[in-house]
Amino acid sequence: MTNEVLRFAKPKARLFMLNTDQRAFLLFFVILLVFLGLWELGANLKLFLPIMPSASQTMIDFWFWISNPFFDNGPNDQGIGLLLLTSLRRVLGGFAIGSAIAIPLGVLIGLSPVVSRAVDPFIQILRPVSPLAWLPLGLALMRDSEKTALFVIAITSIWPTLNNTKFGVSNVDPAYLNVARTLGASRWRTITKVILPAAAPSIVSGLRISLGIAWLVIVAAEILLSGGIGYFVWNEWNNLKITSIITAILIVGLVGLLMDRLFGLLQHWVSFGQRS
Amino acid sequence: MHSSNMMLSSTKVVAAHLSLHNISKVFPGRTSPVDKLLRRTSKPFVAIADIDLEVLPNTFVSIIGPSGCGKSTLLNIIAGLSQPTTGAITINGQLVSAPGPDRGVIFQNYALMPWMTVAENIQFAVETVYPSMAIAQRQSIVQDYIGLVGLRGAETKHPHELSGGMKQRVGIARALAINPQILLMDEPFGALDALTRGFLQDEIERIWEQERKSVILITHSIEEALLLSDRIVMMTRGPAAHIAQVLDVPFPRPRRREELDQYPGYHTLKAAMEQHLSYETRVVEESRILK
Ligand SMILES: Nc1ncnc2c1ncn2[C@@H]1O[C@H](COP(=O)(O)OP(=O)(O)O)[C@@H](O)[C@H]1O
Ligand SMILES: [Mg+2]
Repeated sequence: MTNEVLRFAKPKARLFMLNTDQRAFLLFFVILLVFLGLWELGANLKLFLPIMPSASQTMIDFWFWISNPFFDNGPNDQGIGLLLLTSLRRVLGGFAIGSAIAIPLGVLIGLSPVVSRAVDPFIQILRPVSPLAWLPLGLALMRDSEKTALFVIAITSIWPTLNNTKFGVSNVDPAYLNVARTLGASRWRTITKVILPAAAPSIVSGLRISLGIAWLVIVAAEILLSGGIGYFVWNEWNNLKITSIITAILIVGLVGLLMDRLFGLLQHWVSFGQRS
Repeated sequence: MHSSNMMLSSTKVVAAHLSLHNISKVFPGRTSPVDKLLRRTSKPFVAIADIDLEVLPNTFVSIIGPSGCGKSTLLNIIAGLSQPTTGAITINGQLVSAPGPDRGVIFQNYALMPWMTVAENIQFAVETVYPSMAIAQRQSIVQDYIGLVGLRGAETKHPHELSGGMKQRVGIARALAINPQILLMDEPFGALDALTRGFLQDEIERIWEQERKSVILITHSIEEALLLSDRIVMMTRGPAAHIAQVLDVPFPRPRRREELDQYPGYHTLKAAMEQHLSYETRVVEESRILK
């Protein structure tokens, strides 16, 4: 009788005794294989337009770009690593400029309800504008594609950081501010030692969003300017090399993911168990 | 503990005489045209009215009253975090109207900075109040108070790694480390479980024996008030809450929780407090039901 009960109580044998992570990975792998298989099959049976390469051609070309990332045969024939470095330099430069504007301005707006209300109309009107709309203005003002890229990325990077900094600064837990007040802390000390650290999780989450959008925008901006991974995508379209375009898409995605994860770590690091 | 004893006897303890003269607090209602338009007007609310109180140097005073009567309002006014509508506060005859390090505050929700370690939280307070103090001396003060509240070994922990009781120890150390003349506590153990609460009450009694100060403790616990206080201020219910009666607690010190009920007069005092509190609370509850 007892044995009978125990037999039913035994845990069901899960698929090859794998845990959740392992099963998820297995499923991921299966989806990838099915996708590549259908792609290869479709290409071989000529179900797609003739311009569409097969999965195997794409993978061979992907490997070509990956295995030799830093060759340089002039501006229109560079390795993917050099192209990425160009784009990264522009994104990080523009992001640094944008953040250097957004964080102090956000702190100021967050601290002062008057400044906040005065500046708000400007922000509300400019924020919804596509960053690419600034590109012709940048070209007109700077007459240089490198500086224009920085200009467009800087403007892109401002809004999420500005918004989050303002929110973080104006929503500091009043308990922390009361501690500073009862100790008689100066305004400056309260800002640097209490308000900024308290707002840090919110600020970093703004930076993370800004960098993500900057990375989205740089590809589009470079299609219109020159150099970098965005220009490469456009160039390879003119050469009708779809395999290179797919390679670039994957690599842009991977780099974006990597940067996001790095900022995720930073965010965790400044949070100290607070929700962020 | 030895080092803290040395330190504590070497710091100059300033005796402070705190006086509340005629303190009232009215929270303004919402009466603007905009509020009228949005139908969200409210009448002005008289929270506390005509509070007069003398806290003599080095006495431990508890304030007890039905919840919502205005105890926190009164303490915030004494701390300088909120302005009284009428009346004045003096410390040793000097008018005070802003917060300042002569009053150390221990908060109910601890209010520790989550990004600072235990030591950094205390150091922040010491640094703010004594900016020109030598670093070595500052650090030794921080270490002494960490020892005093029994947090040796937890110096480099962040608040989210501490239990509620340990957090409030940091809060106590932070308030004491600036050597305030008056210590203000608003239900400091209200958020703790009964065992931890009892333990920390004993700690406060022990610390106070070492380092006498004027103390104002807000509490809703009769036992806590009787264990710790020299005087107990009983407040009436609000609105316009005021002082109903002040009881003297003549028990000898150091007091021990286990022997508390053997002191002469303990049961009389306890009965008087219970009667007052249950009457005030009953009236409050009944008026809520009738509304
Ligand atoms: N900022 C405020 N505006 C309006 N009413 C308030 C405000 N703060 C407290 N009150 C009211 O004052 C009364 C006393 O509050 P409080 O001092 O917190 O009571 P206690 O600490 O004794 O429980 C309560 O009725 C509360 O609703
Ligand atoms: Mg209260």
